[in-house]
Amino acid sequence: MKSALRLAVVLLALVLAGTLMAAILELPGANQSLPAAVAAHMAVSGVEHPVTAVLLNFRGYDTLLEVAVLLLALLGIGAAVHAGSETEDGGAEGDPVLAALARLLTPLLILAAGYLLWAGAHRPGGAFQAAAVLAGAAVLLHLSGQMPAWSSPGLLLRLGLAGGLLIFLALAAGLLGQGALLRYPPEYAGALILLIEASLTISLGLILAGLFLMLAGRRGGA
Amino acid sequence: MTSGLVFALAGVLLFVLGLGGVVMLSHALRRILAFNLMGSGAFLVLVGLAQRDGGVDPVPQAMVLTGIVVAVAATALALALVRRLHGAHRDD
Amino acid sequence: MTDAFLDPLPWLIVLPLAWAAMAFLMGAGRGARLAIVALAMQLFLALILATQVLESGPVTHVVGGWGAPLGIDLLADGLSVAMLLLTQAVALPLAVYAQAYFSREAGQFWPLAGFLLAALNALFLSADLFNLYVTLELLSLAAVGLVALGGKPAQVAAALRYLLVSLTASGAYLMGVALIYGVYGTVSIATLAPLMGSAPPMALWLSAGLMLTGLLAKTALFPFHFWLPPAHGGAAAPVSALLSALVVKASFYLVLRLALDVFPNLTALVAPGLGLLGAAAILYGSWRALRTHHIKRLVAWSTVAQLGYLFLVFPLLAPDGLALQAGVVQAIAHGLAKAAMFAAVGVLMLATGRDTLEGLAGVAHRVPLTLFAFGLAGVTLMGLPPSAGFLAKWLLIDAALSHGQWGWVAVVIGGGLLAAAYVFKVLRQAFLLAPEDSRFQPVPRSMEWAAFVLAAASVVLGLRGVELMALLAQGAP
Repeated sequence: MKSALRLAVVLLALVLAGTLMAAILELPGANQSLPAAVAAHMAVSGVEHPVTAVLLNFRGYDTLLEVAVLLLALLGIGAAVHAGSETEDGGAEGDPVLAALARLLTPLLILAAGYLLWAGAHRPGGAFQAAAVLAGAAVLLHLSGQMPAWSSPGLLLRLGLAGGLLIFLALAAGLLGQGALLRYPPEYAGALILLIEASLTISLGLILAGLFLMLAGRRGGA
Repeated sequence: MTSGLVFALAGVLLFVLGLGGVVMLSHALRRILAFNLMGSGAFLVLVGLAQRDGGVDPVPQAMVLTGIVVAVAATALALALVRRLHGAHRDD
Repeated sequence: MTDAFLDPLPWLIVLPLAWAAMAFLMGAGRGARLAIVALAMQLFLALILATQVLESGPVTHVVGGWGAPLGIDLLADGLSVAMLLLTQAVALPLAVYAQAYFSREAGQFWPLAGFLLAALNALFLSADLFNLYVTLELLSLAAVGLVALGGKPAQVAAALRYLLVSLTASGAYLMGVALIYGVYGTVSIATLAPLMGSAPPMALWLSAGLMLTGLLAKTALFPFHFWLPPAHGGAAAPVSALLSALVVKASFYLVLRLALDVFPNLTALVAPGLGLLGAAAILYGSWRALRTHHIKRLVAWSTVAQLGYLFLVFPLLAPDGLALQAGVVQAIAHGLAKAAMFAAVGVLMLATGRDTLEGLAGVAHRVPLTLFAFGLAGVTLMGLPPSAGFLAKWLLIDAALSHGQWGWVAVVIGGGLLAAAYVFKVLRQAFLLAPEDSRFQPVPRSMEWAAFVLAAASVVLGLRGVELMALLAQGAP
């Protein structure tokens, strides 16, 4: 019975894959008008890289909600993990080689994050990439025993975690004065996007690190 | 056949593989991996299909970046729940 | 230039995001008063938006000033505004209820609830398929976090199952969006609608199928209902109320939106199937509600059944708009009534300290107001006049008769009888004499009143159907 069910699922999956591929292959040439629209508006977008322009200007509202999604994941982890009263783990044992490596790498990683943030305006890079590098540095520090896991973030840390979203949101609402949410005046677009990206780099770096460090702090049953 | 089309077709395979995995596997960790496979497949189709003529389209690229971040967040939450469940079972 | 500041539409998204983030800043367990004040403002904003839409038709907000398809548009038409009103109207009394329910142990309830409401408002206002994907994910993650809130193993297990179903469903939806973008080069609903020809490519069929299946799974339509009873039946009472009243309605709204505005031709083809699944949901859900002894599970199974009615709408969709009205009135009636019912059950469980039907003996004399609220909500679920549930079922029967489809009439009436059976099962138990050894805990009055207000609203709304119909006519195709 169970193997018959599995067989049915496999067959269905094969049919789905086949029809999807056939449907894709029968499509006529692409009829994309948006790349031209993006190119036409690059001059007033405030940045030089089209992907960054879409992410933070043309479809910046998606990004605003996405930052909320990340913070929400951290909250969900807090809700699930925190409710249990499990023993806390003081952090990993410090391996001297790893610790030395982490001390060496951390400043370099922070520098790299700063570069990625700056580069995002005109080439691939930006706040998310920079934040991922920062979070990587935090995880490395934790694994080498130089940064404790987070049990319940204090006010300062919470401010850092939510700050990016709050600044983004305040700007979005403030720009209602221009007639719509997130409607940057072209002459200030570049500066405002940089402000958002800089605050997002810090907050997202903390959130991404938190996704790891909140879990690390609670070793279930240990 | 352009590279965009190849990406889209590979995306279909990944998506279906992931979907089958989510439906058939029972271990939570594997199902989370399968879900990520599914998401990656959809991202590949989104980017590949739009650029199947060899042109460059920044809009789906930006959408995929958004999608990846959302998937990271969801995966982290799922892992936290699995871990909590595991810990709870060991406690009892 | 500055009157955009007075536009209620963007604030309906900004405000909940802001208070959710502020509640997070304030720390675990805090933020109740902030939430209640903000929700009162949100209800006021939704009412202003509703009058604007009633007076001068759908309202658009062009985020970033770019305009679709380059940017993202927000659109408030009659359907969106009806759902927005329901959301704020349910959330405000539930916030008052939750403040008393959690007292000091709210944990992350307030920020999670804030993000949940922001996601709902953003979803009802979005006119962009990819942006809708982001709001769907925001909604799922908030809902899952809320289910896991207590941290009990059963809750965490239910949350994990819910999350996996929800993520898989979102993945299918995203694949649909990817195909649409590949075919038409846009994800804006307004730009897409005129591009849909009478002979769409196969990719569009697949896209519609994937998006629809994903959303049905999120709405917990039979046979995708399996995740709902443990998630809704196991969560804290205010959470169950939010999830059953609002969250499943969001994905139903999206099915309706896609059916009306994006895939009208394709949906007509699967509509009879959707109706049949809806009928199956009504019968199976009601039967399971009758069989369970766990009082919260009973209410959760009743949600599975009541969601079925929403899908009876699809085979009856017609230019006369009757079926659309029936669907939205049912969504609103069930939203208010089910929020009231979960709130009432939460009070009953706190008062008796038990979660079974048997434990209810004697509550009629201890918490009569709450029991009255449960009964009123039951009146709406059964579809007795003058409740909004009656209005919904009456519209549904009217639509079925005007199409000569008698079968659906039988399902509607049968479902009402089954609902009566499980509601009276609870009431009968409540009026029994309490055993000698039973003890009752006092319950805060604000919780009882919140449940009563929601239940009363679900009944009284039946008398205000005319305004609702006028609202729904705004922007209907």
